[in-house]
Amino acid sequence: MTLWCPDWPLTAVGIPADAPAAVLVDGAVLACSASARREGVRRGIRRREAQRRCPPLRLLDRDPAQEMRAFEPVLAALASVCPEVEVVRPGLCLFAARGPARYFGGDAALAQVTAAAAGTALPDTVRVGIADGRFAAGLAAREAAIVPRGGSAAFLAPQPVSTLERPALAVLLARLGLVTLGDVAALPARQVATRFGAEGERAHQLARGLDEQRIAVRIPPPELAVQEELDPPLDQIEPLAFVAKRLADELSALLASRGLGCDRLGVQLETEHGETQHRLWRHDGTLTASAVAQRVRWQLTGWLGGSSAIRPSAGITLIRLVPGEVYRDVGEQLSLFHPGLGDDTGDGDERAATALNRLQGLLGFDAVHLPVPAGGRRPAEQARLVPWGEPRPARHRSTPPWPGRLPAPNPTLLHPGGLPAQVVDATGTSVLVDDRGAISAAPVQLSIGGGKPTRIVDWAGPWPVDERWWYDPAEHRSFARFQVVTTDGTARLLTVQQGQWRVEGTYD
Amino acid sequence: MPAPAADRFPDAREQASPHAGLLPVPEPLDELFPYGGLPRGSVVTVDSVTLALALIASPDAAGAWSGALGIPDLGLAAAQEAGIALSRFVLVPHPGEQWATAAAVLIDGLDVLLTTFPRGTGPAQARRLSARARERHTTVIALRGWPGSVDLRIQLLRGQWMGLDHGYGRLTGRRCQLVSSGRGAAARERRVTAWLPPGP
Repeated sequence: MTLWCPDWPLTAVGIPADAPAAVLVDGAVLACSASARREGVRRGIRRREAQRRCPPLRLLDRDPAQEMRAFEPVLAALASVCPEVEVVRPGLCLFAARGPARYFGGDAALAQVTAAAAGTALPDTVRVGIADGRFAAGLAAREAAIVPRGGSAAFLAPQPVSTLERPALAVLLARLGLVTLGDVAALPARQVATRFGAEGERAHQLARGLDEQRIAVRIPPPELAVQEELDPPLDQIEPLAFVAKRLADELSALLASRGLGCDRLGVQLETEHGETQHRLWRHDGTLTASAVAQRVRWQLTGWLGGSSAIRPSAGITLIRLVPGEVYRDVGEQLSLFHPGLGDDTGDGDERAATALNRLQGLLGFDAVHLPVPAGGRRPAEQARLVPWGEPRPARHRSTPPWPGRLPAPNPTLLHPGGLPAQVVDATGTSVLVDDRGAISAAPVQLSIGGGKPTRIVDWAGPWPVDERWWYDPAEHRSFARFQVVTTDGTARLLTVQQGQWRVEGTYD
Repeated sequence: MPAPAADRFPDAREQASPHAGLLPVPEPLDELFPYGGLPRGSVVTVDSVTLALALIASPDAAGAWSGALGIPDLGLAAAQEAGIALSRFVLVPHPGEQWATAAAVLIDGLDVLLTTFPRGTGPAQARRLSARARERHTTVIALRGWPGSVDLRIQLLRGQWMGLDHGYGRLTGRRCQLVSSGRGAAARERRVTAWLPPGP
């Protein structure tokens, strides 16, 4: 049985379904509202494409903390229906329906009770689906369908292969003329395994309405759990998440040393006053350390940041991670030459990783960064800082051209906000640039921050910049740039905006 | 003038090195170093950020980890142009009071550390960090001075920027005269004329 809130990233921040809006991650649409979807906005399209299809579209950044906070009441309400609810992500959770269905008198009654319980916390947005197996139940929830027992295969047959959430495989299958899950299910299992490997085999099982069958799923012996007692108790999310990350590393090392993988994780939290919270998290693939840390962070946000009714009354003293179901990890083969594919931090450089983790413990999570190349015209915009350990965004395959970008070399020192400066001409009056980009007189002297003036030996400019008028008027920037070299041999990048000179950068 | 011994016997450079190894340095900057490379575990002071970035870029290309500590206004666009892979370039812009601790931890973890010595930190601290760098084979590049003894001091004697012409053109490069001096094998002064950022 699956409970699903459509377009959760939007619903969670209070956007009604009839307002055209979309949530973006890395410049691509993650979720959009129903009215935006009517205009042709789809998941995965780029920002510009989405704006083209639906001009009044409101674009929002993702707020995972708010998503979890808003979902917490739903989970609390579901506790009256079933004690063991597994959360896949904020907005999607599932539980075994057989027991509760017998108690409430049938699948239909259970669906009604569940929808009613969740509806008290969150009216009008919840969809409930019941089917055999997690995959079928997930699809059933989209249609709010109740699939009778044993009817999963028939229910899945007309669904398109894209529902498998394996984009590369879906494209390949579609090219081979297999457009629905029914087509895939009709193939003989052995041939599928030979042709498409382990991934194809899993997809085939899903299409037949059998859930992903892991080899030898078993409840883990208790020594696989890891925990950390906190003294003094912590009530801030960041340091707690930091502890959780370390625990997650420990757990994944423990599992890996036994060749096990885990796709269900229990996270137990306990406060100083004895309040406890236990959540089960479900993941499609193997839960990696960063995925575990992410889920602990969600849970902490939901609990600590929730309304006063659910928030605990004291700091947290215990974090415990219990792997729910473990199985022999057949593993995804990492490339031999690019270990740790996807984040460049793998590369066997444990020495650096250890030191950086330690430094983060000393100075705080936000003090240690790895830069990521980014787009922009100003020198300061061409890289962005990402805290160490955070997922690094996927890089663009090709850098967009950014016409008007300053050509190399760029200043080696940038002064955020700019240092106020004075630039005067031969007569001692301040040099101005008019609306047409013409300069009032050749600059002769530069003084920075009221300091001693130095003579300008050579200069180039003005290079007018007029940007961001296409966004908010408050963001509109219109200024002119100069490069100057002074008698001491230093080159500087200057800007002048409405008569105010600033030093943007120094070529040191 | 007879060529220096190291030039006649290129292999001798490596063998003569008292350190655990050398990090590569691009030409012609390699002539500033007695063994033709940046010695691991040494402390080098430079007075130009461009030069520092150029020195970091070559080890970085060879897979080394580098980092900048306490330099919040470092231009990352310039670092990229110098050829530094940002995915192995750690930034700790604001260590605050904990500069010395952070420097010690980074010396443990990185191959090359770029930093500036903050005010109010004394020579005792510098000695401790130099010893740690030597022990961990990490090279410390200090911008503008180091209050203890250093292995090599590279100074920018004169730099002339090219490309500007009274309103026209743009900065293209700087012709620099660099001089290095230090202790031991580096006692003899070495002078080099080079383009910074390295270019034509």
